[in-house]
Amino acid sequence: MQALVIVAHGSHLNPDSSTPTYDHADRIRETGAFDEVKEAFWKEEPSFREVLRTVESDEVYVVPLFISEGYFTEQVIPRELRLDGWDVDEWDSEDGVSATQATLGAGDVEKTIHYCGPVGTHESMSDVIVQRAESVTADHDTTIDDGFGLAVVGHGTERNENSAKAIYYHADAIRERGRFDEVQSVFMDEEPEVDDVTDYFESDDIVVVPLFIADGFHTQEDIPEDMGLTDDYRTGYPVPGEVDGHRLWYSGAVGTEALMADVVLERAADAGADVGTAIEQVREATSDEPVAGD
Amino acid sequence: MNATQFDALLSAAEDGIEFEGLTVERHGDEYAFHTLEAEYTDLTESELHEVATEHSPYVTDWYYWTHVVDTRKEDRRAFLQWLEDADGHAPPERYAELEDGVTCHWGQLAITTTVDEDGLRGYSVRHVNDVGHDAADLDAYDDPLDARDLTTYDDDGRYRPLKTAPTLQSGWVFPALDAPDLLQTVEYIYPATIPNWHREREGELDITHWRDTAERQTGIYEIIEELDREAVEWIAEACCVDSQCTKRREWQFAEGDDLAAKGGDGEYPCREPCSLVVAAARKWTTLENESEKTFQVDLTLSELRQVEEIIDTVAEGRVDEIREADVYKGANRYRARYLRAKRFDEDGELAAHEVEE
Repeated sequence: MQALVIVAHGSHLNPDSSTPTYDHADRIRETGAFDEVKEAFWKEEPSFREVLRTVESDEVYVVPLFISEGYFTEQVIPRELRLDGWDVDEWDSEDGVSATQATLGAGDVEKTIHYCGPVGTHESMSDVIVQRAESVTADHDTTIDDGFGLAVVGHGTERNENSAKAIYYHADAIRERGRFDEVQSVFMDEEPEVDDVTDYFESDDIVVVPLFIADGFHTQEDIPEDMGLTDDYRTGYPVPGEVDGHRLWYSGAVGTEALMADVVLERAADAGADVGTAIEQVREATSDEPVAGD
Repeated sequence: MNATQFDALLSAAEDGIEFEGLTVERHGDEYAFHTLEAEYTDLTESELHEVATEHSPYVTDWYYWTHVVDTRKEDRRAFLQWLEDADGHAPPERYAELEDGVTCHWGQLAITTTVDEDGLRGYSVRHVNDVGHDAADLDAYDDPLDARDLTTYDDDGRYRPLKTAPTLQSGWVFPALDAPDLLQTVEYIYPATIPNWHREREGELDITHWRDTAERQTGIYEIIEELDREAVEWIAEACCVDSQCTKRREWQFAEGDDLAAKGGDGEYPCREPCSLVVAAARKWTTLENESEKTFQVDLTLSELRQVEEIIDTVAEGRVDEIREADVYKGANRYRARYLRAKRFDEDGELAAHEVEE
């Protein structure tokens, strides 16, 4: 038997924080690729500390629903899961965006744990960002063609420089595809700042996709106000909204995109999970699915 | 007992069966069949069928626990057994009770186990406050995944950050679950309570006490290590009692250094300070860093009692119970507004003067 455990932050205050985690877990459950699919949270239950004892399977694939390789994925989660002998070098990610997986035991259960890198730095995350951009424009019967730019928004430094690396990594990868006229990384906490997003684009239309796992006060309050899309988040923001002569298509957190389930599966498959045709099933099912949590 | 069950009995008799008072053996072409009440030997296959039918609770019970319930996780099996018979009765007595339904409480869940004529168990789950209500008056669910939505908000629509808080909403029922779906439903409503309960029963509960929990923290929670033992007592008294959480606190200040606060009477244990306690402890750590001062505040004796009443009412979560015009209660809104109008200064603060030592 093999189990998938999706570990995410969760919240004591915001009931929507865990919604994307449950939605992606449900989508993976439907594929039947795993005997068990479990969710665990830093701030909700089951906690990281206790989730492994709720699992029946001997082979457990743990996929962090986090954006970057940093404090949570490298320190908090391995510690709380009691992963025996965890060392970040096992991920073999010198550049902070190339995490693989580590196979370890855990202190409180007799199981084999495959601890995977976070979804945020997997290469297929670029596909999710693009799909998110397509979803937000398609919702308004608009197709991304010439004259569209893409801004990928990150939180910024906080505790770990890798936080920004994930943003640059995907912005670079998407730029190379030539799908958008321009692709730019912007941040809440560091230069270039999301407040000045229009300064960095010549394109009339800019799709703005925050690389966040769940919608919360950063994505629903700070960023729309910082960009000038609204003076007061409580009144909502227009999509698209006019700012400084540009049309901003603000998508909300990329983590709510249904295709995120694919990245979770890719992480587990890279770590050796037998996922059968689940990746194809999810890709097909999510190609025109509504956004998780909507 | 149906044909499938009898075939399974015949097949298992080859190697012999010993289960909960039932013994079945095959000797050549003949069978022996023993229960706690009767013994039969030298039976032909058709005679075996006859006595097995007569004592069918033994046969269907054996079949349920060996062929229907997945036994890979011992904790799940133990929980299912506890649900229908905590006292270890033999199948005939157990079945007599299960026909009417046996109900156990797990936190705020009332779980009722029933048995059909083939020994198959059915499980229904509802809120303890809904016991006795007609199921037709409750919202019925059959998918365990729906239990997640039931745990998100309380009856007043407020978010529940702690799954085991005694604020589970009522008005719903899972009327007919099989064992795997029951276990998943309970897992979603009260995560990890079954494995921890089982570990405790087996004498293997891995408790992490306050000091170890505090020392493990990093980042913004690293400071909780500074909290005094006395403050940890107050945390346990404030957060970890039955009125606030259905778990029974088993963690102490440290191994061999028990807290005086009551741990509660919950069915399942709490094996370490939860994330809510850790997050709140961070706030208390910063608050406890302030030094005490002496203030002079002018109040009448009744006003002093009113302040106490307001604190008590908020702490017990009873603010909403105070009627609009019940001005006899100190925590009544008009009473509180009057006190504020009288005693707060133009900055909205209680007029207090620090008394120099």
